[in-house]
Amino acid sequence: MSIFKKWRGHSARRPGSGQNARTTMAAPTRWSMPGLGLFKGLAVTARNMIQSYYRKERMTTVQYPEERAPISPNFRNFPFLCYDGDDPVAGLRCTACSICEKECPPQCIYIVLDRDENGKSLKRPKLFDIDISVCMNCGICAEVCPFDSIYMDGQYEMSTTDRFGGLLLGLGRLAKSADYHMKLRPLEASEVVARRKADEEKKLAAQAAKDAKAKAAKEATAKAAAETQAAAAGKGETA
Amino acid sequence: MSLLDMTYGGPSLLAPEWLPRLPQRWVEMLLQYYHAPEWLVSLAGFAVAAGTVVLVFLGAFALLSLIERKTLARIQNRIGPNRAGWFGLLQPVADGIKMLTKEDIVPTKAEWFLHLLAPILIVVPSMLALGVIPYGREWVPVRLELGLLFFFAVGTLTEMAVFMAGWASGSKFPMLGAMRAISQMVSYELPLIISSLGVIMVTGSLSLPAIVEHQGTYHQGFFPAWNIFTPWGLSATLVFFIASIAEANRCPFDLPEGESEIVAGHMTEYSGFKYALFFMGEYLGLFAISGLFITLFLGGWQAPLPGLTFIPSWLWFFAKLIAVIFCHLWIRGTFPRVRIDQLMRFAWLCLIPMALLTIPAAGIWVLIGGGLKGWLVTIPLLLIPWIILTTIFNRRLAPQTRTYTFAD
Repeated sequence: MSIFKKWRGHSARRPGSGQNARTTMAAPTRWSMPGLGLFKGLAVTARNMIQSYYRKERMTTVQYPEERAPISPNFRNFPFLCYDGDDPVAGLRCTACSICEKECPPQCIYIVLDRDENGKSLKRPKLFDIDISVCMNCGICAEVCPFDSIYMDGQYEMSTTDRFGGLLLGLGRLAKSADYHMKLRPLEASEVVARRKADEEKKLAAQAAKDAKAKAAKEATAKAAAETQAAAAGKGETA
Repeated sequence: MSLLDMTYGGPSLLAPEWLPRLPQRWVEMLLQYYHAPEWLVSLAGFAVAAGTVVLVFLGAFALLSLIERKTLARIQNRIGPNRAGWFGLLQPVADGIKMLTKEDIVPTKAEWFLHLLAPILIVVPSMLALGVIPYGREWVPVRLELGLLFFFAVGTLTEMAVFMAGWASGSKFPMLGAMRAISQMVSYELPLIISSLGVIMVTGSLSLPAIVEHQGTYHQGFFPAWNIFTPWGLSATLVFFIASIAEANRCPFDLPEGESEIVAGHMTEYSGFKYALFFMGEYLGLFAISGLFITLFLGGWQAPLPGLTFIPSWLWFFAKLIAVIFCHLWIRGTFPRVRIDQLMRFAWLCLIPMALLTIPAAGIWVLIGGGLKGWLVTIPLLLIPWIILTTIFNRRLAPQTRTYTFAD
């Protein structure tokens, strides 16, 4: 009896029986002309082929060097530095605070603070280098920057034949305008612009308030001084 | 009327009937003008005729390698090669340069002479087979009385070359691929030859031009009397076509070179121009087997309608060849590769019985003399066994569900 069982493949389930696969008959289906499925498949591919000539949505190939697919705002590649206005030197938001330099895990950022002849900080970088052969695209620099200066770029054509100079980006290649940022990631950029504007206004208001306060204080001190002077004069007179 | 027109029939509207034989005729006339000996004239004529066929099909091979990629790309909604030249027309040239400039590696364990001989032996039989096919009314490179026999005899040589390649490479993937190839090609040779027996019975000749001329009449003045339009012929056509796909090692029967399983089968250890020769042999074999398919079943160079005979016969042949080759590409773009057990089971349990049935069907067809009566008798003769075969073997032929007990 057991030999029939073996033929029916029951013992094949037991490991070590020498068979590791058991074939079972396909479930009996309604009879249809054998070979019809082949023609169904042929019809599918024929439809694919014919429609590929007139249906735009079928051909999704982007012919890369000539055409480029629009990149997603979520696409983040190497960092860039943002500047306001038209002048990449004067408008640079970076204050050379070196937070990004310190945070950068692979340490690919190198910053030298610009100073005047007296050694006083000019609050701008003299040198800002990012070695993108070291950069690992983590985006920590962009997250820690308190001055909305450094952001992740959407650039992906960074290949070069010069692997040292060509992959070391200086200020010239890093500085990109706020308009570029707006185009690259409109949501983030508009939020940043709005926040910066509000900050600016707040700062101006605070400045104005401070100025007014200072003025009042000055006036008060002046008044007090005048009074004391007058009092002193009166004293002197009396003396 | 010129001398050439008188020799080869009247002038034709589009391109003359004798155009493909013009180079041969020129060479022969030139040699005769200089009073060359008779054997030299005929030898040179044969050489030029062979050269014409080889050049035509090498050009077609180059073009097909591009068209195949383009068609497959379109089936998969891609664009395909379009970088080299206009619409990628220079792609075959680029491929050729790449192949020629690649390093030719012979493995240390290979038997270098057999390793060198195999790619040559795979191209030569295909070219020999191309020589006997009647391309046009006047364009038959070699008129052989036993053309069909010659075709099959020469065609089997490729199997030897494939096994030679697998054996001489001295490594296991080529060996496995060659073993698969041998089992496949020998199995599919049988239905291929058996299904063409009906044609021989009806025609009463093994000569390919005679087979084509036998299909030259038209029923009711417009319906071509091709072999495919008879019940036994339709059955034989299907069997022959499926077997020819397997003989040409093309998808879905491209097991000998199944990339996903055994790298490239017998071609694994080949590189550079030898590899290109394998490809060339494969494509020339495809042309040859498609040409034979057209000759046997699709009326060869005969026009599909009697009013269209003003178009030269060789143009009709090539139009049919393009259609058949397109079907091959279409099939390649559609079906996945079968497993080796499915392949063998299909050949022995389905194709060979059906091929054998076409022989009595063709005999009865000839006995009755065709016509409505012939249809009524032969259709049940073929259809009932087909239904029985498929209902009995359908569950066996269908992919079975495999339960892997250890892979879970």
